Amino acid sequence: MMPRLRFEWLVALRFLREGRMQTVLILAGVTGGVAVIVFLTQLITQLQATIIDRVLGSQAHVVIRPLEEANARALDPAGSSAIVEPRAQRLKSVDQWEAVMRAAAATPGVVAVSPVATGPAFAVRGQANKSVALLGVDAERYRRIVKMDDNMTRGRFEVEGTHALIGIELAKDLGVTVGDKIRVVTADRRDEQLTITGLFDMGNKDLNRRWVFVTLKLAQSLLDLPGGVSNIDLAVSDIFAAKDVATRLEAATHLTVDSWMTTNAQLLAALRNQTVSNNLIRSFVTIIVALGIASVLVVSVVQKQKEIGILRAMGASSRRIMAVFLLQGGMVGLVGALLGTGLAITLLQVFSRVYRNADGSALFQATLEPRFAVLAALVALVVGLLAAVIPARRAAKMDPVQAIRV
Amino acid sequence: MRPAIVELQGIRKIYGIGTPVVTKVLHGIDLRLEEGEFAALIGPSGSGKSTLLNLIGLLEHATAGEIAIAGESATELDEVALTELRGRNIGFVFQFHYLLPAFTALENVMMPAIIRDGSPTPRAEADANELLAKVGLAGHEYKKPSQLSGGQQQRVAIARSLSLSPRLILADEPTGNLDTHTADEIFALLREFNRERGSACLIVTHDPRLAGRCDRKIELVDGDIVGSHEIAADADR
Ligand SMILES: Nc1ncnc2c1ncn2[C@@H]1O[C@H](COP(=O)(O)OP(=O)(O)OP(=O)(O)O)[C@@H](O)[C@H]1O
Ligand SMILES: [Mg+2]
Repeated sequence: MMPRLRFEWLVALRFLREGRMQTVLILAGVTGGVAVIVFLTQLITQLQATIIDRVLGSQAHVVIRPLEEANARALDPAGSSAIVEPRAQRLKSVDQWEAVMRAAAATPGVVAVSPVATGPAFAVRGQANKSVALLGVDAERYRRIVKMDDNMTRGRFEVEGTHALIGIELAKDLGVTVGDKIRVVTADRRDEQLTITGLFDMGNKDLNRRWVFVTLKLAQSLLDLPGGVSNIDLAVSDIFAAKDVATRLEAATHLTVDSWMTTNAQLLAALRNQTVSNNLIRSFVTIIVALGIASVLVVSVVQKQKEIGILRAMGASSRRIMAVFLLQGGMVGLVGALLGTGLAITLLQVFSRVYRNADGSALFQATLEPRFAVLAALVALVVGLLAAVIPARRAAKMDPVQAIRV
Repeated sequence: MRPAIVELQGIRKIYGIGTPVVTKVLHGIDLRLEEGEFAALIGPSGSGKSTLLNLIGLLEHATAGEIAIAGESATELDEVALTELRGRNIGFVFQFHYLLPAFTALENVMMPAIIRDGSPTPRAEADANELLAKVGLAGHEYKKPSQLSGGQQQRVAIARSLSLSPRLILADEPTGNLDTHTADEIFALLREFNRERGSACLIVTHDPRLAGRCDRKIELVDGDIVGSHEIAADADR
């Protein structure tokens, strides 16, 4: 029997049901459009997140350095492929670093701070002699800057006494493993015997070859930085606010403060371009979908001229006739959004199965973030309603007599 | 004298004002239709019968003149008020059935009530079922118009025009495309409702036989009423 719906819903639903082929076509159009938009958005968001994740997997969001050290970034990954020779020149410490660190920690948006004493050294084992970067850290603090726990292949991310953690490449080069000893020598001939207690894999051969983690204290004495640190690493809550945080800290401390966004400016520009082209595609698809809905509804208004006239003659106001057509647009948009989201999920699953990384792992997750589904539904609803405005107004303005006279 | 359901004064209708083709259709019509009256509107093709009916039905605006339905002047009303006045008092039966093809016979009959109440009610459904039975369509409630014959469609249209028990039924050639026998049945139905419910009827017809069976014959020629005759009760009624 007749559902107890409001007149406007009743008529809108019946018109859609009766216009079978048109409804199917219009729904297919909206479904396809929504699927493309949702799929592209999810894909690009995910790939960008993966890229940024990878970049930030071995890098602090923000780094505070002494002023003079601005152009001597021994640990800058951008320049990390260059061979950094140990220099005789004495390392500078961050002035009053403990006060700076406290100030940084109190800055809004900063979630973790970690002092680091870093400098060049050689790792020696028998005849083998490798140029490395010594990183003196407080493991407890540093693991909140770089997720070292995820990178450990042997042992845990902890350092004490003369223990050291080295990368898997350096271990291979020197032919050592956990439990073995190596010697580190600095340019001014300070040296120390270290016991390897863990191995890590940063997903980057160069870092795996060069990074050697020791305690802050040991690095300070080896690098001739008594009580000092060469930089303070920060993590921020919103990674895209890193630049602003850096700017604010630079103004407050008068030190050199760099964010990952500055050191990876080119990458970010590329990602931004990708976002712009994605937005362009999305806008075009949205416009095409809107035009599709509008044109089908305009035709439907003309076809339904008689029915509209009859309804008007039976006492339906032009406003309610307008609502009937607006509802049709809105429903088509909403249902299309649901179907389109389903299609997008299917596409994501198929693509994540087909396209894989070189190592066989999935290039992206086959999941859809709920917020994209909600967004798609909202956008499709609004587009459907807007696209229906012109047809609905035409229907409302239709002269009932014109419809009733043969 | 019974109260008027329709009162027209000096109604003029001109089409195409401001265009090269100006058509003067009605030239000052005065007409009074009483509550419960059963009248025929006759006249040659093109004389303005449908135009007059549409004006009385508040579907069109007169170029000049006064119009009142059930004592309420419609001249100054806006679109919403007109729609409301129409919905409250007037039921239409058109020459071609003009049912809603997407809805069943029952839903078509319920539609005026749905429009008035906002949504279908059990009461409206019961009324519609009763009306369909009255017009002899019990068992056809769930058919779409396309599954009904012309005569059946017109019965549905009559049932629909009656669904809100309107005080005035306007029928534009309700039997125009039906065979004589079916036409008689449809006419008899209108007559029955007129007697039972006291609904006034204004029926446009080209059929002199049927016109002769009305209480009154109003004749329109070239946009003027040339005659209005009371018809004496006779055996035919
Ligand atoms: N929208 C319009 N624009 C211009 N002229 C119109 C319009 N509607 C009707 N007319 C004209 O008005 C005149 C009367 O038309 P109407 O339909 O009222 O005649 P009728 O008496 O109902 O004729 P019939 O018996 O053939 O149905 C005709 O000459 C017609 O051409
Ligand atoms: Mg006519």
